[in-house]
Amino acid sequence: MYIIVIGGGRLGYYLLKALLNEGHEVLVLEKDARICKTITEELGSVCFRGDGCEAATLAEVGTGRADMLVAVTGDDEDNLVACQVAKHKHNVPRTIARLRNPQNAALFKKLGVDVTISATDIILEAIEREVPTHPATELLSLEEKDLVIVDVKISPESTTVGKAVKELTLPKGSKLALIIPAEGSARVPAPATVLQAGDQIIAVTTPETKEALQEALRGI
Amino acid sequence: MKIIIMGCGRVGARLASLLDEDGHEVIVLDNDTYSFRRLPASFGGTALYGNGIDEEALKKAGIEDADMFVALTQGDNRNVMACQICKHIFEVPRVMCRIYDPLREEMYSALGLETLSPTKIFAQLLREKVGESPEKKAPGKKGGKK
Repeated sequence: MYIIVIGGGRLGYYLLKALLNEGHEVLVLEKDARICKTITEELGSVCFRGDGCEAATLAEVGTGRADMLVAVTGDDEDNLVACQVAKHKHNVPRTIARLRNPQNAALFKKLGVDVTISATDIILEAIEREVPTHPATELLSLEEKDLVIVDVKISPESTTVGKAVKELTLPKGSKLALIIPAEGSARVPAPATVLQAGDQIIAVTTPETKEALQEALRGI
Repeated sequence: MKIIIMGCGRVGARLASLLDEDGHEVIVLDNDTYSFRRLPASFGGTALYGNGIDEEALKKAGIEDADMFVALTQGDNRNVMACQICKHIFEVPRVMCRIYDPLREEMYSALGLETLSPTKIFAQLLREKVGESPEKKAPGKKGGKK
């Protein structure tokens, strides 16, 4: 795959290294000549000095044949514009933008950026996963299908403890995929499977019905 | 009209005071309060500290019932992003965006933003000035100037 990375800062640098190790064709676009020189000295000619938001610069590095463009500069506005230019001027099939402000996720999606990544959100999710009282954690978001995979924990207070799966009223579009009991091995839920305290349920749902599913599973 | 201007530079401050004189409700947004020194003492609008690419700051400025938004910061990308927030999230009836880079300006114009490139406009203006010789412009004064 030919991957273009916008921004040769620390994130861009380690991303470049990792992608090169995986055998991809990678090019970093970086405005700062000094950073560009350092990367070139260390990793070879994989850094091009230029503004990744400029259509002309992107044309020069053959963005038209790129499979992916990843914008990881420290400024949301630059990442947005780089992705938009790649998409609209060079038809890059997949664009990924780093977000500083997690609130910008919705806007970026609306404007055609395929994937957004916010360090704030990732760290928050990690914290939520560590906090045992937190009832539901989003594990994965399948954006194209508008689905999310969540992990719901059944606590001793849950009113659904002792109920069978068939007795639950799940929101439309939600499916239980897996039940991981506190002890013993994971199993695929059957209609007669009875929920127990300490169960961990992996389920597929939509972002809108996430809360409703959590309520249906925990009864609280 | 309620008009929000992002960027209180020379152009922003001037536009703000002109629109204020015309009787509009003007709010100028800048992320550096020192920029507000450019506003004349007679300015009757609001100068607000805030980042125009932050939805919260825009809400504080009253974007939800604004009639117009003009982006005039030094950064093309900031202008582009702020205008897209105003157009697509807050659905402001009219959004104007300054973009210095002519190529970027063309692209965002094609994407539906109302864009202005001072680079293009000024270069064109100068080219026209070059085209017309001073003699042609003021034939009566030819040779008579001291």
